[in-house]
Amino acid sequence: MSGHVAPVRKPLITGSKTYHQITEDICRPTETAPSLSWVITFIISVICLGMFAFGVAWTVWVGIGSWNLNRTINWGWDITNFVWWVGIGHAGTLISAILLLFRQKWRTGVNRAAEAMTIFAVMCAGQFPLIHMGRLWLAIFIFPYPNTRGPLWVNFNSPLLWDVFAISTYFTVSLLFWYAGLVPDLATVRDRAKGMRKKIYSIVSFGWNGSAKHWQRWESLSLILAGLATPLVLSVHTIVSFDFATSVIPGWHTTIFPPYFVAGAIFSGFAMVLTLMLIARKVLHLEDYITLEHVESMNKVILLTGSIVGVAYLTELFIAWYSGYIYEQFAFLNRVLGPYYWSYIGMMLCNVISPQIFWSKKIRRSLFWTFFMSIFINIGMWFERFVIIATTLARDYLPSSWSYYVPTWVEIIIFIGTIGLFFTLFLIFTRVAPVVAIAEVKSILKTSGDQYIGDKAHHHPHHAGAAEHVPAANDHAAGTSAHTKEDENEIH
Amino acid sequence: MAELMSTERNILFGLYDDEEKLLDAVKAANADHLDIDDVYTPFPVHGLDPLLGLEESRLHIAGFIFGSIGCLFGFGFMTWVFTRDWPIIFGGKPYWSVPAFIPITFELTVLFAAVGMVLVFYIICGLGPGAEPRRLHDRITDDKFCIAFDATDLGSEAVEKLKGYFTKTGAESVHTKVVPV
Repeated sequence: MSGHVAPVRKPLITGSKTYHQITEDICRPTETAPSLSWVITFIISVICLGMFAFGVAWTVWVGIGSWNLNRTINWGWDITNFVWWVGIGHAGTLISAILLLFRQKWRTGVNRAAEAMTIFAVMCAGQFPLIHMGRLWLAIFIFPYPNTRGPLWVNFNSPLLWDVFAISTYFTVSLLFWYAGLVPDLATVRDRAKGMRKKIYSIVSFGWNGSAKHWQRWESLSLILAGLATPLVLSVHTIVSFDFATSVIPGWHTTIFPPYFVAGAIFSGFAMVLTLMLIARKVLHLEDYITLEHVESMNKVILLTGSIVGVAYLTELFIAWYSGYIYEQFAFLNRVLGPYYWSYIGMMLCNVISPQIFWSKKIRRSLFWTFFMSIFINIGMWFERFVIIATTLARDYLPSSWSYYVPTWVEIIIFIGTIGLFFTLFLIFTRVAPVVAIAEVKSILKTSGDQYIGDKAHHHPHHAGAAEHVPAANDHAAGTSAHTKEDENEIH
Repeated sequence: MAELMSTERNILFGLYDDEEKLLDAVKAANADHLDIDDVYTPFPVHGLDPLLGLEESRLHIAGFIFGSIGCLFGFGFMTWVFTRDWPIIFGGKPYWSVPAFIPITFELTVLFAAVGMVLVFYIICGLGPGAEPRRLHDRITDDKFCIAFDATDLGSEAVEKLKGYFTKTGAESVHTKVVPV
């Protein structure tokens, strides 16, 4: 078997796991009582979620005037947070869909949690356009439903409406994709459970039994959904960027926005995946499944997308100067040196300069630096959205209406509240569903387990699981391999 | 009633502990012209489908059809609204602003294709909340690879032959279970 895997490939599953051990390790968090650290984190998250509910209730009760938005700066923390959260969601789809199409096996260790993160992040993002309406109960107006007002339809030419369709489609498709992947693993949990838990998992696992035909269709479904989700995820942040790019505001009206937003989204999303996974692998004891190889691969993506974002920032400045258009030039001068210069510095420092430390392999494989950078990048990407939104609006065409904006406590607790919402959902998820895709990890065991490839492979064949599989490995060498085709894909 | 009697099946199945053994066993069954009822595995085993004679899944066709419906519906609906039902001029643009319809048309194409295909998947597999398809052994979703034969109409000689086959191909254990069809 190991002969079919390129020698540069490093093991993605360590600890010489057998199939049964994989099941045990990954199902354990759903079967044991939560640890104290989980309980404490959960309580903090729920308190934050309570702050969210209070902030929203306050906004609805007092009115949108409880925020510090004004006629000049009419988008503030709300839309900044919206774009930030949507961007974070993108990494999940990138990992589960795009890396599936590219046959990247390290995807299997992190895709489940990353997709869950996508869904929760999009839920957080969706809150902001709704609350921002002020009259939450009129949110149905954004959908084109037959109504008694004519019927008067929505404006299909508006990028804001495109966003409604993009975000709701993205949420739906991500949810379906995630759940389809989850069904076989929930069946695994079901078959280990007893009593009430067995009943519940029987319902949610849809009666999955692992029949060959079902697996065939399941793989086909995953592949096509990945094929659909790939252009979808690129379209979503493109359309989010259209909210700005199709306007006639200098500083927003730029054609570079779609690719720059997509790269930024993947950048921030990977940072959030790393933040979550570094904690999860430690707390849930998943170090054998989310290895340094996974961390390093993600850091490479961060380095790439961070650099793309950096090039985009500089291109923006260059084009503003090169355009010879004074309003555009002023918008960017103002962005760098204007009243919000500090957020520009924060953005450049966190997003462009600091990720360059990942050129060093040592730092890419350092958990401390990775965690530190993941937080740093998330702050930086928040600044990016704030820079684009607030600094641009603060200095418009009419100097008499120039303004400065600081959020009120209501806006601040709503933002903190969505972080609470996100972590509450994520923490519940870690207790009720397998955080790592069990079936998918098993399917790469023979090509990526450390008893089959890597330095340990041949020197320590004494492990029971490994010893059992030795004859199988010989079969592979003889060319009767089930995995041969997949391995070839891996090599090319 | 004869109908009721025939709603139960007697399944004879063997469990293997490795997918390589499973593949070899399926090959041996094909060579012996044994009629495998189904194979159950904890994860998709590549190379199994051609051995079992399973045709390639046609789910993508469903995806294409639903996607086409979504595409036509989205574009058609926006066209109808802005040219027939309630034409409005936005910023001096034509009523029928095709480029502006592209994002929503695309999103609806993806939405219809994905939702339709997922529903078709669950329906043709007979999966859903409360569905109770045949479940032979709890370890099949864990680490055991199962080959199942329908032994309902088999005589004891044929059953012995199958048991011999399981032993020969290295099955870890052999069980029988009566299941609804």
